[in-house]
Amino acid sequence: MDAIAVTNLTKRYDKVLAVDAITFSAPPGATIGLLGGNGAGKTTTIAMMLGLLLPTAGEIRILGHDMARDRFAALARMNFSSPYIALPSRLTVAENLRVYGHLYNVHGIDRRIAELADELDLEDLLDRPAGQLSAGQKTRVALAKALINKPDVLLLDEPTASLDPDTGDRVRTWLERYRDQSGCTILLASHNMAEVERMCSHVLMMKQGRIVDRGSPRELLERYAREDMEDVFLDIARNRQNPVPA
Amino acid sequence: MAPLPVSSPTTCVIPTTCVIPTTCVIPAQAGINRGTGADPDPGLRRDDTERDARMTASLRRIWGLMYRHIALYRRSWPRLLELAYWPVLNMCIWGFTASFLTGRLGSTALVAGAALMGGVLLWEVTLRGQMGMAISFLEEIWSRNLGHIFVSPLRPWELVTALICMSILRMLAGVVPAVLLAWGLYAFNLFTLGPVLILFVINMIAMGWWVALGVISLILRHGAGAEPLAWGVLFGLAPFAAVFYPVSVLPSFLQPVALALPAAHVFEGMRGILLDGVVSHGHLAAATGLNFVWLGLASLLFAYQFHQARVRGALLTIGE
Repeated sequence: MDAIAVTNLTKRYDKVLAVDAITFSAPPGATIGLLGGNGAGKTTTIAMMLGLLLPTAGEIRILGHDMARDRFAALARMNFSSPYIALPSRLTVAENLRVYGHLYNVHGIDRRIAELADELDLEDLLDRPAGQLSAGQKTRVALAKALINKPDVLLLDEPTASLDPDTGDRVRTWLERYRDQSGCTILLASHNMAEVERMCSHVLMMKQGRIVDRGSPRELLERYAREDMEDVFLDIARNRQNPVPA
Repeated sequence: MAPLPVSSPTTCVIPTTCVIPTTCVIPAQAGINRGTGADPDPGLRRDDTERDARMTASLRRIWGLMYRHIALYRRSWPRLLELAYWPVLNMCIWGFTASFLTGRLGSTALVAGAALMGGVLLWEVTLRGQMGMAISFLEEIWSRNLGHIFVSPLRPWELVTALICMSILRMLAGVVPAVLLAWGLYAFNLFTLGPVLILFVINMIAMGWWVALGVISLILRHGAGAEPLAWGVLFGLAPFAAVFYPVSVLPSFLQPVALALPAAHVFEGMRGILLDGVVSHGHLAAATGLNFVWLGLASLLFAYQFHQARVRGALLTIGE
């Protein structure tokens, strides 16, 4: 059974078609990259997968649960991280993680927090208010929140946006390690092509709400006869070049 | 980095499968029944176990959201002080007013003064209850945390329950000091109303809840533009709530409006006890009935606006 199965997913706001009948799936343990320019429909797709937004049409099944009818069963085994959604700034890091530990019904919360603090180098930050952290520290805390329930499906919206290369690399390493150890499925929306090339087994290229191309990073590089994913991205975004026929 | 630990099934933290209570608690509990042949209805017991696990998970989520707010107050004495500031200030002003009237007009004003202070205290119950609930919701918007909350397994009813619990705590933190002040400074003991006071308080705070639920619904619909309602909406209802005067004082065309509010019935009942020593069960029943009706309507409005917010994608952008 696929961890993620999206079929003909559509979202329409009045006359604007934000997501246009997209279909994709992800097996357990895969990392799927969701690429596209601003307004391509990536965040809308993720919001629908999280149940924040109701689709106009189509079906989303996550871990076998239909998100239209049984979303809470799936949400308990999922998690999400985005630099655009914050954690309460006046609570300490430990308090924030404790709140989400309760919300996700994590047993042995303090032990789990200690594990995450060890894995993500958060020990020195646990008693500091979340609002006083640097961007890199906030990202690590957001990641700890996203891993608090040991999710089977992790949705990440630009997880390394605004991070310096060192911190970005550490975050990618943590994510890869968690995925490899837990068998978690990751859906990654990112503008960082190097990140996508490194982490993703499969990439979905979105444009104007549709999936216009898909494949592994290697397949896409070959198809567009390019050296790196950034050029593939630009080719698709600017209609510069048709893919090389297989 | 230490390897990710694998916990025993009873502790429910196995990484890949053991987060949902319904899937992680059953295996351990099912072992109780397995192979004994003595259990008359193992299916029924499993249902009970599942239900218990779901209820425990719900209670933990409700507590999680409450903990988020309590942690804020635990560390900030100005926030705690602010909870009691307005109720105490109101009590001071109306208490001195009542004392002045009593001094000038004698025993008649003494009873009127008691009605005045009882009105202030019971109205504060509604006001603090409503603000406690609406502002707890606004705190999530202000901290840009709503997205995280709504992608967790927290059900909307659990959110509302947590907000209600917070409103009770905030109301107590605000009103208890005012009650003590009224007793210490003006010799007004609210508890002279008798056991019926409990029903008055429940009805008054319940009114605060449905008003708050209405405000939250409007915030879900209109976003930040509706935020001021969290502070102002009850002040708009105060003239019709008959806090300081009987409903009969209002013009006849406004009296049906007043009688549609549970508060008006509670205050009529309170004045009945203080002035005539009579408990009006009719007013009490009317207040309770009206609260059920208004709570039902507000719940429907909240459910509808929550659904519409999911249609529009407002849960992601609310407050911006």
